Amino acid sequence: METLIIILAGILVTVSTYLMLSKNLIRIILGMSLLTHASHLLLMAMGGFKGNVPIIGDQAGEFIDALPQALILTSIVISFGVTSFILVLAYRNYETFKIDNLDKLWGIKDE
Amino acid sequence: MITVSYAIFFPFIVAALIPILYKRLSKLHIGWIVMTVPALLFIYLARYIPHITNGKTVTNTVYWIPSYDLNLTTHLDGLSLIFGLIITGIGTLVVLYSIYYLSKEESLKHFYIYLLLFMGGMLGVVFVDHMMLFYLFWEVTSISSFLLIAFWYQRKGSRYGAKKALLITISGGLAMLIGFLMIHASTGTFSIREVIVNVGIFREHQLFIPAMIMILLGAFTKSAQFPFHIWLPSAMEAPTPISAYLHSATMVKAGIYLVARFSPIFGGDLVWFWLVSGIGLLTLLWGAFCAIRQTDLKALLAYSTVSQLGLIMSLFGVGSISFNQELISAALYTQAIFAGLFHLINHSTFKGALFMVVGIVDYQLGTRDIRRLGGLMSFMPISFTVALIGSFSMAGLPPFNGFLSKEMFFTAMLKISELDLFSLDTWGILFPVIAWIASVFTFVYSLIIVIKTFLGEQSESLDKPTHEAPKGMLVAPVILALFVVGIFFFPNIVGDYLIYPAMLSIFSSVFAGEHLTHTISAWHGFNTELFMTIGIVILGTVIFLLLRYFKYVYKLFPEKWSFDALFHHGLEGLERISNKITSFYMTGNLKHYLSYIYLSIVIFIGGNLVYRGAFTFNFTDDANIHLFSWFLVAVIIVAAVMLIFVKKRLPAILLNGFIGYSVSMFYVLFRAPDLALTQIVVETASTALFLLCFYFLSEWKQDKKAFPFSIKNLIISVSVGVTVVLVALSVKSEKLFETISTYYENALELAGSRNIVNTILGDFRAFDTMLEVVVLCIAGLGVYSLVKIRKRKGAENLED
Amino acid sequence: MKINEVILQSIAKLVVFIILTLALYLFFSGHNAPGGGFIAGLVLASAIILLFLAFDMETVLKGIPLDFKMIAALGVFLAVSTGVGSILFDVPFLTHTIVAYDLPLLGMIELSTVTLFEAGVALTVVGVVITIILTISEDV
Repeated sequence: METLIIILAGILVTVSTYLMLSKNLIRIILGMSLLTHASHLLLMAMGGFKGNVPIIGDQAGEFIDALPQALILTSIVISFGVTSFILVLAYRNYETFKIDNLDKLWGIKDE
Repeated sequence: MITVSYAIFFPFIVAALIPILYKRLSKLHIGWIVMTVPALLFIYLARYIPHITNGKTVTNTVYWIPSYDLNLTTHLDGLSLIFGLIITGIGTLVVLYSIYYLSKEESLKHFYIYLLLFMGGMLGVVFVDHMMLFYLFWEVTSISSFLLIAFWYQRKGSRYGAKKALLITISGGLAMLIGFLMIHASTGTFSIREVIVNVGIFREHQLFIPAMIMILLGAFTKSAQFPFHIWLPSAMEAPTPISAYLHSATMVKAGIYLVARFSPIFGGDLVWFWLVSGIGLLTLLWGAFCAIRQTDLKALLAYSTVSQLGLIMSLFGVGSISFNQELISAALYTQAIFAGLFHLINHSTFKGALFMVVGIVDYQLGTRDIRRLGGLMSFMPISFTVALIGSFSMAGLPPFNGFLSKEMFFTAMLKISELDLFSLDTWGILFPVIAWIASVFTFVYSLIIVIKTFLGEQSESLDKPTHEAPKGMLVAPVILALFVVGIFFFPNIVGDYLIYPAMLSIFSSVFAGEHLTHTISAWHGFNTELFMTIGIVILGTVIFLLLRYFKYVYKLFPEKWSFDALFHHGLEGLERISNKITSFYMTGNLKHYLSYIYLSIVIFIGGNLVYRGAFTFNFTDDANIHLFSWFLVAVIIVAAVMLIFVKKRLPAILLNGFIGYSVSMFYVLFRAPDLALTQIVVETASTALFLLCFYFLSEWKQDKKAFPFSIKNLIISVSVGVTVVLVALSVKSEKLFETISTYYENALELAGSRNIVNTILGDFRAFDTMLEVVVLCIAGLGVYSLVKIRKRKGAENLED
Repeated sequence: MKINEVILQSIAKLVVFIILTLALYLFFSGHNAPGGGFIAGLVLASAIILLFLAFDMETVLKGIPLDFKMIAALGVFLAVSTGVGSILFDVPFLTHTIVAYDLPLLGMIELSTVTLFEAGVALTVVGVVITIILTISEDV
């Protein structure tokens, strides 16, 4: 299971890298959001997938590793903030210059 | 009882409240509220005087991060009390003065917030014991000084001066930080007092001298010592209350505080002695020499401050010799430090008064140029009197406090010249000689301030009417002038109640109390010191009368080779070179930057893995694979690959959302209910956001060449993906350390909560969560300001 | 672009309360079951967003006259001040404490500073999410 998830994460990383290397701003943002998913899956895989839900209850047995879960929870919320910021940046950029192609954007003087 | 640790934060708290108060109380000059802060703190600190005079100290610890040994320990002793009283006392007067100096049209909100930030930082510097916190507060003062110098940021000179001050003081601060780290490396503690206790071991360590030099760099840059003094005259672009407060009374004395604090550690060493006293004397001479040729009154005062700081510094250098173990009559030389502390107090009083008078002249006449000023005595009698008292005190004339400390300074210099240690038997004679010459110059520029401004013919080129300043503006300088006279007549009150306990706090590790009392008296009989003063008056008057001819001396020092010009050209050159280097690889194209990052991931991480043969692969420990997982994996892969080939925006956004939801399905499979819930809701919100934004964005072009397939990009991305997989597999297969997660499984016992994930977030690692919330809030505000705030106000009247 | 929104509006009126209840439940259950500040904040935000979708911005803002930037700031302030508060009791920054009361009718109630901290987190999340959505929508 862990190996499968790692390979899945690797494929997601590949796709996101490819998207981020393109010229289009929207594709870059999509690539970033994919990269977030890939790193979350990697973190989960590092913790392992054996054990119970990490809520202390009546059932006995080991818990699944709770630390990656806490880290990922933090990361999800932060990446939401960052994604929305970059989205709005792209939006404002398009509104100002009417260009969403990075190659054409390059070299335009600041306001 | 409120402890000192909390008192430090009082200015910060008020600073945070100012924007609200400013809005609510728009009729009141906000300065009146700000003034209560230093006034209350002054009263609070003054109540400790009887306690401290008895030789006691007050130590207080607030636990911050005990596991890192990082606690806010404040230590109130004689030395910090003197500085604390100066900071709050002069602070009260300066704020009072600024209320009349700055009209309500100015951006008072910013001014007082920066001022309070500075006050808090400065109090922190003098009270904390932990070196890292010391550094933190030290930089707070540098940054608030930067902001205050650039208060009139529309002016080019202000911005230049602020940048210069910041560059020099921050570089010095960085050197000091390195010095602190060296001390930590050799003694294992960040507490200054603990280092003093273990000073014997530290002296043997090989890092002793490097740490000393690094810390001195911090002190010299902050206290504007030669050749770092150039930032202080440029900093005079600040509003005058700031020049009076930061750049003469308090911040520039932080370096002296640093030297005084570390004297018990480094004092008695040859290098320390020569550096501190040598640089001090050089600064004294050079500052006084440069002051004479200034035509701007504030620049003159700035150079005189530089020179006076050098004087105090040299006294601390000379006094440090009494820490030398081999010296039998060591206790004799404590007098120098006594004189240094005394002059420090005196300088704050007379220089503060002088700055305020210059501010009044500037405020009334609109110029500070001495070539245009003159004959103001009859119109501004009170200002004239204050200026006279301040200048004559600075010149070292009776009956003002400057006379007393200058006499003590001469005594210290004469005494050191007779010593035969550290090759003083050959070079020692230079000490009194340089001191005397510099004092002649001091006398000359003190005369210039009074005579050229207030006496003589009134210049006709001034169009503003001349009359005395508003009464409120005069209160603060008059109070300071009264202190100047008062201290002359009752010097031993200051000596016994303030300086003696400060001496105790510096020397307590070496001497008993009885060696540290020195009586200050105005009359010692006809001794060398008195003759030196008489000589100064005679020669100084001669030079002043022949000033026109004396100015030819300055031709020997061409403008082109001044330290200012060197700094300026050096900085410009540095900027040019670094621009050249940077523009070589910073092309401004995002794709290039990302390629650098990806290639370094592949080369350094992947290459390292291969080079060390660290790749291991072991899946005996893997959990079983659900059938559903296979399905999910396949779906996600298909969706991801489709994302590359999609030619329209809407499908792309939906595919992205689809992948997000599938990942949240995985969280369900992985028994992470909190994650699954959060992921679903976040995915919904961000897809909505995408759609909202994309609705207004351009449609992707329909032609086939819109996203050309790039084999180069494919190679980069595949190699990154392979690297990630290899690294992750190796990490998974070989666990080098015991997992730390088992600790968190005691959530119920430790934190009384059953949900382990939430306990980690809210309790065990709440610090992360707190900062995360801050990041989220900043992102929100960023979005808001990106969209809402279109144009900067005030941008049009900016000077280039 | 006027479309008939009667169905959406009448459903929204009902559903919003269900979502709000869910948010409250998630917030308080976070202690011992899945849930917590983040998720509660997000759910609360989505309830408000639903209102924005069903009605128009002006109507909703008339009903909820709040500056959501201030709510975000308030949340951060609350979270930080629970941390600072612990210093006043002479314990390290962000030390949490828990008190259990046995109240009549309600049974055992646990009062914890973690709840305050989580409330700060939830408020920030609500404030930020709504601020972002509102700013972009208003800009059109």
